[in-house]
Amino acid sequence: MRYTGWIIGLGAATFGAVALAGLAVDDAFRAHMGILSFVLGLGTIVAMRLPEPAAAQDAGGYMDGPIRIGTILTVFWGVVGFTVGLLAALQLAYPEFNLGPWLNFGRIRPLHTSAVIFAFGGTALMTTSFYVVQRTCRARLFGGDLAWFVFWGYQLFILLAATGYLLGITQSREYAEPEWYVDLWLTVVWVAYLVVFLGTILRRKEPHIYVANWFYLAFIVTIALLHVVNNLAVPVSPFGARSYSLFSGVQDALTQWWYGHNAVGFFLTAGFLGMMYYYMPKQAERPVYSYRLSIIHFWALIFLYIWAGPHHLHYTALPDWAQTLGMVFSVVLWMPSWGGMINGLMTLRGAWDKMRTDPIIRMMVIAVAFYGMSTFEGPVMSIKSVNGLSHYTDWTIGHVHSGALGWVGMITFGAVYFMVPRLWGRERLYSLRMVNWHFWLATLGIVVYAAVMWVSGIMQGLMWREYDSQGFLVYSFAETVAALHPYYVMRALGGLLYLAGGLVMAFNVYMTIAGKVRNEKPMPVPAQLQPAE
Amino acid sequence: MSILEKHGVIERNASLLLVGSLVVVCIGGIVEVTPLFYLQNTIEKVEGMRPYTPLELAGRNIYIREGCYLCHSQMIRPFRDETERYGHYSLAAESMYDHPFQWGSKRTGPDLARVGARYSNEWQVQHLADPRSVVPESIMPSYSFLADATLDFDTMDGMLKANALVGVPYSDEMIATAKADVVAQATPDAETGDLLARYPKAVTGDFDGDPGRITEMDALVAYLQMLGTLVDFETYDEHANTR
Repeated sequence: MRYTGWIIGLGAATFGAVALAGLAVDDAFRAHMGILSFVLGLGTIVAMRLPEPAAAQDAGGYMDGPIRIGTILTVFWGVVGFTVGLLAALQLAYPEFNLGPWLNFGRIRPLHTSAVIFAFGGTALMTTSFYVVQRTCRARLFGGDLAWFVFWGYQLFILLAATGYLLGITQSREYAEPEWYVDLWLTVVWVAYLVVFLGTILRRKEPHIYVANWFYLAFIVTIALLHVVNNLAVPVSPFGARSYSLFSGVQDALTQWWYGHNAVGFFLTAGFLGMMYYYMPKQAERPVYSYRLSIIHFWALIFLYIWAGPHHLHYTALPDWAQTLGMVFSVVLWMPSWGGMINGLMTLRGAWDKMRTDPIIRMMVIAVAFYGMSTFEGPVMSIKSVNGLSHYTDWTIGHVHSGALGWVGMITFGAVYFMVPRLWGRERLYSLRMVNWHFWLATLGIVVYAAVMWVSGIMQGLMWREYDSQGFLVYSFAETVAALHPYYVMRALGGLLYLAGGLVMAFNVYMTIAGKVRNEKPMPVPAQLQPAE
Repeated sequence: MSILEKHGVIERNASLLLVGSLVVVCIGGIVEVTPLFYLQNTIEKVEGMRPYTPLELAGRNIYIREGCYLCHSQMIRPFRDETERYGHYSLAAESMYDHPFQWGSKRTGPDLARVGARYSNEWQVQHLADPRSVVPESIMPSYSFLADATLDFDTMDGMLKANALVGVPYSDEMIATAKADVVAQATPDAETGDLLARYPKAVTGDFDGDPGRITEMDALVAYLQMLGTLVDFETYDEHANTR
């Protein structure tokens, strides 16, 4: 039987989880291990009932199994992440949406951020990196079933993280909330991921390593480094959920934001630039604009990003020299970021007409445009005097969403629309018009979201510091909260539009996989322009 | 151009690309983060800082568990409006025993760095149970369930021990008396002399209005009531600590 190893491994792990639940010293750990044993048990049963794989499933010689499931799960996690985001937005507008203790905002917020960054973004990165590395190296994934281990191991990490948040298991480190045992598991999975990715590059049949793979590789290596250092902690008990971080106060704060900002820099930027460098030229059928620019902006980007963390700690108890250093490097970072944007946009030179006719290209172009917008906004916000106003306000929330919804979301949607017909051998997507609908719903959603958060963030910052002519503060804190209500309602509306777009995509992907083709008028092609005579 | 042509060497060698990337991303962290661990002037020397009492630490665990830090900062910046609203700007020393730090990144609600002793225990309990009954504009969730949850402090000594391992000066005596100290701090009219000797300025008594048992509400309110109260700013000389 092909799955014997899996069945034995999963079965043994199930018993291990049951034993840990029995030994648990606190209720949270016991509940978490209970969930783990249930999931592993379910996995064992599924593995026992799986049919033997049909031989030569992947005609191209590539290992596309994990990629197919990964594409579906990317869409699934996207819809989940957007839905939880909408719930969080509604909780801020109408506190009645807090259903404590499990669904209070304090537990929903990490669920939302992790669902979007690590479940949606992470699955998309893993899936596309496996797709891209095989095709640009003309080699099958290294390590055989190890790729499946990486894939399912990562999904298990997502499940443990998500259920942990709802149970109140958190380290309180933003974007690194899972506790020590989940972190250890992710470390194992991540090392295996590096082995599969690097192993595939090493067995390549192309002499050169394609630029997309530089970015994917830098993303995998740097995330490993950041993850391990930031999560150094001493557990209270090997059978308990709680741990205490190795560092405290100032040092802990900078370590966390060194991690936090580079989760943005390497997870949400470098990884997705790798995506851009493959799917955009493929969809546009044009080569990457500048080879030299890609070299310069790659090395500059990965060198500079690491320094930018302290801009999250302006005017705090972090020493001034570190704040200033962080600010300077954040401003300089603007240049390599725009290097990436220019290289992406200019790839379309000579093919700009596709913007009219191809909604997938349109999606990719707006993604890169939002990348450029938010990598300009970021350096502006990292300037200390601007940050004095923007920090602690909704402006920051708006900024991350123009990056996450605009850049990360849109480029991923583009990649999904590119891959689905190819992975399932369909002639084309079920409906191109629905892609267009998705494009407009999502774009409108982002615009509403970002614009509303600019207004509410700047207003909030100004109200906090407003003095009257007598020299007294004008507003109590509660008054500033009340003033934000209409903006929080509009923000939820923006999120709803974005979620609606995600649902349209889910339907379109489902129908494409099912082999359906929608009978629709082709996208309007304007009357052929005639060259001037 | 010639340098860029040499880049082809890296493009043909995956190990070189891997090591090169790793070296390049390490530089920033080494230059920027590591000095904080040895530069003496990173953390001021102040009077009054002490480790959390076991009950406060348990309350802090609940603060973290419920994600309070997602809406409340504990870091007052040196701006006129912030120091007038919240009190003296936060010192690095004030979070020196915070594993992990709780500075936060967003103020959906007000800063809590100096919320200790600002409101009565009764106000805190009422506000946590039903925020809008005392602050009509509030959008905070209700935490009434904390008053019903008996505090689990079976592993309290282990928690102090883990903190001691990462550098918090909990003595063996403090670890040995951890569980008894929880009871002593949260029980009205208990013998608190030893507790106060170990943890000066600790607020004692019943916190949640239910003296019969020790709840999670007791622990959380005990933590909130001590925030920012340890350093005496009447006697603190900021010029002695010019960094």
